[in-house]
Formats: sequence, C-alpha cells, structure tokens
Amino acid sequence: MTLIAAKDVSVRFGGATVLDNVSMTVHPGEILTIVGPNGSGKSTLLRALLGILPTSSGTVTQKPGLRIGYVPQKLHIDGSLPMTVRRFLSLPTRHSASDASAALARTGMAGTEAKQMTDLSGGQFQRVLLARALLTKPEILVLDEPTQGLDQPGEAGFYRLIEEVRHDLGCAILMVSHDLHVVMAASDRVICLNGHVCCEGAPHVVSNAPEYRALFGLGTRGALALYQHVHDHDHSHDHGHGHDHAHPHHLAEDHAHDA
Amino acid sequence: MLDDFLIRAALAGVGLALAAGPLGCFVVWRRMAYFGDATAHAAILGVALALAFSLSIFAGTLGVALLMALTVSTLAGRGWAMDTTLGVLAHSALAFGLIAISFVHGVRVDLEAYLFGDILAVSRSDLVFIWTGATLVLALLAWRWSALLTATLSEDLAQASGLNPARERLVLTLALAVVVAVAIKVVGALLIAAMLIIPAAAARSFARTPEAMALFAILIGAASALGGLFASLHFDTPAGPSIIAVAAVIFAAAVSFGALRQRA
Repeated sequence: MTLIAAKDVSVRFGGATVLDNVSMTVHPGEILTIVGPNGSGKSTLLRALLGILPTSSGTVTQKPGLRIGYVPQKLHIDGSLPMTVRRFLSLPTRHSASDASAALARTGMAGTEAKQMTDLSGGQFQRVLLARALLTKPEILVLDEPTQGLDQPGEAGFYRLIEEVRHDLGCAILMVSHDLHVVMAASDRVICLNGHVCCEGAPHVVSNAPEYRALFGLGTRGALALYQHVHDHDHSHDHGHGHDHAHPHHLAEDHAHDA
Repeated sequence: MLDDFLIRAALAGVGLALAAGPLGCFVVWRRMAYFGDATAHAAILGVALALAFSLSIFAGTLGVALLMALTVSTLAGRGWAMDTTLGVLAHSALAFGLIAISFVHGVRVDLEAYLFGDILAVSRSDLVFIWTGATLVLALLAWRWSALLTATLSEDLAQASGLNPARERLVLTLALAVVVAVAIKVVGALLIAAMLIIPAAAARSFARTPEAMALFAILIGAASALGGLFASLHFDTPAGPSIIAVAAVIFAAAVSFGALRQRA
C-alpha cells in the first residue's frame, strides 16, 4: 500500500505553471529524494503532497490516517517569542516529558530541554525539528531541504541520522534537496524534477540518465564521488580522486558497490 | 463597594489587562503592532456612528473595529506591503473618525474621553461590558492557545499538523476587535495599541516560555493600570496617559534588567 500518491498533479500560480502533470508515489519504508534545480517546484510538490497547497488539477491521495512527521525548510523564531526546546516539542500536541527526552536523545540533543530555541545553532535547530517530527510516531518523515545552512560535515551527519532513524523506526522518508551529491547515496529512489518528472529510479540510474545530466551537467560527478569517499570515511587526500573518474559507468558501479 | 469610582476604575483597568496581556503577546510575536493601531484608530469612527445612530458605544466601536480588523487581515493574507497599507488605513480611519464625530452635535467636548479614555467615569454597566469582553477574549485565546502558537511559529508547520492558519488569524482578529471595544473607555483609542504592546514587550525580559510571557504581561498590565490610577490621583494627571506612562517605566526597567541578566 502506498503512503502518498500524486496523480497528474499540476500547480499554477497566476499564469505560471510550477508543476506540470506530476505523478509519483511514496512506498512504506523507502527513502525517496526529490532533486531538482532552484525553482523546479520541489517544495511546491512537497507542499501539495502534504495538503498544504491546493492543486490546480490532479489528485493527491494519502493513506487514511497517515501519520506524517514534517520538518519544514526553515523556521524563523522571532526573538520576541520565548520558547524552550521542551515547549517547542509539545506544539501543537502535548507529549510527555519522557517521550520528549527520548526523541531528543534519538537526534543527539539529549538534555537540551531547557535551552531557548533561539540559542541553538543551525544544526542543533534542525535536530530539534527532527525530534519534534519523530514525536508523532510518523509512518513517513517529510523533510524540505533539511540541511540548508549546514556545513558539509553537518550535512553528512544529518543524513546519517536520517538513515539511522529510518532503520530504527522503519518509517518512509521523503526529502527534497538541491544538493543532490550528498543526498544520492542516502536514497533508495530519486525523482529528478524540473516542473515535470524528468526521470526517476535508483540513484545510480538517475545520475546516468541524460535528462538528469542535461539539468545538472557533468560537474556534479566529482562532488558525488567526493561524498562517497567522505561517507566511507576514506582519507581526505582521496578527494581529488573523484574528479579523475572520466566514465560515469565507473561511478555508477562505485555506487552500486557501495550500496 | 462598586459605589466607589476608584474601585470601578481599578477593576476596569485590571479587566483590560487580563485580555490585553495575552493578546498583546501575539501582537508582538506576529509583529502586528500597526495592525492594532489601525483597528484602535478605527474605533473613533465607531464612536461617531454610535452617537449618530444612538447605539451603545461598545456596539459601535466593536462593529467598526471588527470591520477594520477583517479588512486588514484580508489584505495581509493577499500579500500586500503591510507597512504602508496599515499606515494609510490607521491614520485615515482616525481622520475620518474625527471628522464624523465633529458632525455629531454636542460631543466635541467629550472627544478627549474617547481619544485618551475616561477610566474614572467607568459605570457599573461599563464594568459588565469590560469584564464580559475580557473573559471572552481570554477564553477564546486559552481555547486556541496551542494552535495559535503553532500558527505563529510557522503556518506551514501548523498546516502540516492539520490546523488552519487562516482560522487562527481570524481568532486573533476577533479578539483584537473585542479588546479595542473594551479598552476605549479605559485608555482611549490612541493608547489602546500601547496597552497591548508595552506590557507584552516588558514581559519578554522575564519569560522563558510563551505562557510565562502572557502571564507576566497580564501582571504588568494590571500593575500599570493600578499604578497609573494612583499617579493620576496623586499628581492630578490624566488617567489613561498615566497608565501607559507607568507601563513605559516598567518596560524600561524590564529591558535594563534583561540586559543586565544577559551580561551576567
């Protein structure tokens, strides 16, 4: 049974068509990543799937009673609003102190209940957002560019955490990203979006698809290889190595091997 | 006990603080200060209409304030540049209100009472209105508290949690109109926004959670009302402005306290 399905979804703002006949499904337990350049409608699709945004045509169906944990793209908390981590976790639904501290521990933020949200660093903030999403015991976690503003080790760490969460909770994960090189290795399936679905499939299939290449060029291959090395905890002097891969096939094999 | 005009005045001030404290917090958190101003200034037009058609002042101000609040909130929902729009609305509402009131015979003398409040002349029936209105606002905010807070943090987050941010906006709009109607007798149209913003802003220095801030805002508002009344009697100063002046002094002290604590 699919968790969320979009069928021929189009979204238009004024005269502009942001999404054009997009069809996709999210299956239980999978990590599905939507990649695409800026302005390709990734966030719009996510908001349509969540029911935040009405579609101009087409339908979005969610499994009845689907529990969704949502981590928004960015959340600005105004300095005039005092908010402890503990209080934030209970918005809008109350959760017990033990559940809250377990969720914080799960995301590496144990013992931060009394901290003010505005005192957290970008990475800590994202982890608290994730902890809040986990408290709903989600069947699917939805993350909109969750690592925006994090440095590269922070990014890699966050995606590792996501993989752990999926492993522990068995929930599906739906992510949006424009920094595909980091996300690729952590995904089961990738949808490449540019107003419409350009291509989709396993990460190595998408990274070799001509549509994907046309959108992202060839320069990202190096970045992908770079990430793979970081991910494998290889030595840093291997980084340059990635740029030497002339053949995309080579990379795809690398990746398949890795997975 | 209610025969004493001073007791009635004190009760009126405390009643207003009860509603203005928590609502003022939302006004501060959501940066709606000008929104409050526009709604409050429109109340003068409501006074003029009420006098012209022999309605109660409460009904007139409530109606016009509600209309103004709905207009502003609709415009905000459509993504207008609010700074300028609100500036235009706030001051033209006041100007039209003042003109309208000049047409109503024999009120000219009383104008000051509507602009700056006349808390020492609060009657028993005024008290009933003030406390009914304040209790309604307080109950409304308490009922929607979690949803309001979530929508204030992020409308997306609220919607993903199955809440409707537009409905929560409407709750605040309604509450604001009621508070304006309640407050016009106490501090007057020109100073209503101050009664919303200053206690809440002062409370920020002491609070670590939204609930604590709302509670402190009530206490500071009530203390300002009582302190202002006392000052008004003692120094023979106008009551409405005295209340706001005391609130401003508390605010200054609170901000200094906050700055000191941050350095420590």
